[in-house]
Amino acid sequence: MGSHGIRDRVAIVGMGCTRFAEHWDKGLDDLLLAATGEAFTATGLTSADVDAYWLGTAQSGMSGITLARPLQLEGKPVTRVENFCATGSEALRQAAYAVASGAYDVAMAVGVEKVKDSGYQGLNAFPIPSDGTQRSLTAAAMFSMVAPAYARRYGVDEEEIRHVLARIASKNHANGARNPKAQFRREMPVERLLSMPPVAGGLSVFDCAGVADGAAAAIVCRVEDAHRFTDNPLLIKALSFVAGNGSGLTDPAYDYTHFPECERAAADAYAQAGITDPRAELAMAEVHDCFTPTELVLMEDLGFCERGTAWKEVLAGTFDLDGDLPVNPDGGLKSFGHPVGASGLRMIYEVWLQLRGEAPAERRIPSYGDKALALTHNLGGYPGEMVSFVGIYGTPG
Amino acid sequence: VRGILGWGSHVPRGRLDRTTIAPVAGGGGGKGLRAVASYDEDTTTMAVEAARRALSTAPVPPSQLWFTTTTPAYLDKTNATAIHAALRLDRETAAFDANGSTRSTLAAMSAALDASVPVLVTAADVRTGRPGSAEESNGGDAAAAVLIGEESDGDLVAVLLGRASVTEEFLDRWRTPGEVASRTWEERFGETKYVPLAQEALKLAVAAAAIGIEEIDRLVIAGSHERACAAVAKAAGAKPGAAVDRLAATVGNPGAAQPLLLLATALEQADSGEIIAVLTMSDGADALVFRTTGALSRRRPAAGSVAEQIAAGLPISYGRYLAWRGLLPVEPPRRPEPARPSASAAGRNTDWKFGLSSTAGLLASQAGTVTTFTVDRLAYSPSPPVVFAVVDFDDGERLPVELTDVDAGRVRVGMRVDMTFRRLFTADGIANYFWKARPIASAPPEPGEGRDD
Repeated sequence: MGSHGIRDRVAIVGMGCTRFAEHWDKGLDDLLLAATGEAFTATGLTSADVDAYWLGTAQSGMSGITLARPLQLEGKPVTRVENFCATGSEALRQAAYAVASGAYDVAMAVGVEKVKDSGYQGLNAFPIPSDGTQRSLTAAAMFSMVAPAYARRYGVDEEEIRHVLARIASKNHANGARNPKAQFRREMPVERLLSMPPVAGGLSVFDCAGVADGAAAAIVCRVEDAHRFTDNPLLIKALSFVAGNGSGLTDPAYDYTHFPECERAAADAYAQAGITDPRAELAMAEVHDCFTPTELVLMEDLGFCERGTAWKEVLAGTFDLDGDLPVNPDGGLKSFGHPVGASGLRMIYEVWLQLRGEAPAERRIPSYGDKALALTHNLGGYPGEMVSFVGIYGTPG
Repeated sequence: VRGILGWGSHVPRGRLDRTTIAPVAGGGGGKGLRAVASYDEDTTTMAVEAARRALSTAPVPPSQLWFTTTTPAYLDKTNATAIHAALRLDRETAAFDANGSTRSTLAAMSAALDASVPVLVTAADVRTGRPGSAEESNGGDAAAAVLIGEESDGDLVAVLLGRASVTEEFLDRWRTPGEVASRTWEERFGETKYVPLAQEALKLAVAAAAIGIEEIDRLVIAGSHERACAAVAKAAGAKPGAAVDRLAATVGNPGAAQPLLLLATALEQADSGEIIAVLTMSDGADALVFRTTGALSRRRPAAGSVAEQIAAGLPISYGRYLAWRGLLPVEPPRRPEPARPSASAAGRNTDWKFGLSSTAGLLASQAGTVTTFTVDRLAYSPSPPVVFAVVDFDDGERLPVELTDVDAGRVRVGMRVDMTFRRLFTADGIANYFWKARPIASAPPEPGEGRDD
């Protein structure tokens, strides 16, 4: 028994991604058709050429019919998957394993969310009948507890931590400003971010992911078939997933300064991909910056720097677009927006553009051409109780 | 020989300054403070708090539980069963409501004194009335509980010497079900009825006790007719100064809970060998005469006498009070309202939901320390913001849980908390009960400490 991965066995041959935005004039079907259409066009395939589909949506639709109806699929297997905010990554994972197994030749992973039809700001969970004792805290408040805990553990002044978090948001806004598909396209200086009123713990609205509608899609096949659809495929090096058991919530040893599910998912992914020094080997990373403290802690959980040093690296610009290891060059959840089911595939879409040289010059990572590996990290849930995905991709070398 | 085995009380922490009423309501109010149940308290949760204190020093568990109030959370459904579950009483312990009139409390006391098993009587009330009314100003929110039993159950703190009731049908105060305010007949009429009724009941009770009225050391006078209560206090003939403070300036009149709350204060102030009489006026009059014993000091509730709770008040603005009682319909949070809890899911998890007891341990009775916390201005709450903490209990368990009775700006890491039974919200008419943590009143945060948000 073991986690062996499917390194270099599956290729992504086409992708699509809508702009993430408050699409008041677009419904779920419009978003699905736009994202899948872009992927079909890229590969020259039609929906009939794809043998099986995985649709990721957290709460915008039930069952595979949600995709089969707008695409008018005939006799195709379509599986709807859900894994909190890592839903989009989960769809890709299932599609990749399906072609790797030989069960299908070509599969599509689609992620979508239509969140702006609820009438409320933010994300609202679908209520499952319960005994009424569950926490009713927002995700923002749960993640807000990370910042003071981190500051205490590493002896960082509270003001300094505020500055670090603003620096992360400012960086992601700067990247998003260079991305025509991002929800927010305005740069936000650190000083302006520091003046925003707190809404959850010490976090302001500008510490939170953008809430947007959107969809993204990827077509996968076995590596040996990739040449039939593109000259420029992206190879899957690793796919890992960890579902936490929730014990962190009641574990007195848990201190809210790290996410064990993410550490484990990263370790598995690095082993699958044969990576020993992620900071040096990765050209870029897309990480789940649902809130600014999340991105801070992930820099350590993903092994990009030593424990207790991420805040200094953030201030030093290590993760800036022109830094040592660019993180969220597309703007991240913060600036690109976070349609829950689509975000995991959106991250891979940026890797697709960057590693294959299709990212526009104004946000092209400096190591393009030198390093051939990139990482996406996608989580769902809360500190102490989360799911985590890590994927690693590379260009044929 | 039957009597009192233990007692406890609950005075909610909120205090409304009566001088703040008239500027808003155009009249009413007055001097002093009245106790205000928090938005997450109701008569059931307050009765649980009082009962927990009463049982903290009890020599035996009750075989029956009675709950009395004029403002029950539910009709048709028994409210005492939630109290029973929160106290984790034995399955074979019966739980009964006696709700509606203020006299229900004396009905339950009477049944308890007639019974042959230990009986826990809990009484709680939330008194509201229309803005600017005397009912609003004079009322108060509180709960109290007494455990009644035999000498063979354990040392009695007070032995019942005699009791009497007189009954008469007349109209003084009434309220139709569902209304927030009661109505009253001309005040003088009730006074002319109640004063002789009370004197008659007291006379019969002391006769049954084979003592003289002048031997009464502490006279508890309870009833919703303020003038009649004051007149009886003067005319009763007990020892000078025997009339027990009716807590008008600090708590207000908590309706069905008043007789037991005032009895609790009398027990907390009394020495051994004193005569305590409880005289109540509610559509008739009831009198109970007790003699305290040397066990009194041993059965004082472990924490939280009435006096200590009165001293631990937190000011509540009149606007917030009105909003909490539904009399000022403020803008709700722009979040979806919570879904109703599932009866079957709750039914499978009563140990946890009502008893805060799991295989890991019993958290309800433990104190803990705030390890980290946050203030959530985005989450739904009947009274935002949500203050939430990760609490590490003294036996090593951890629970992420909502805080209550707390000023969001005063929370700090290291704050000591204990657990309190509350109503999180109401959906589809279902009161969603669960536990919250609250700062331990005896250890208030230092002024100026904590977060400024």
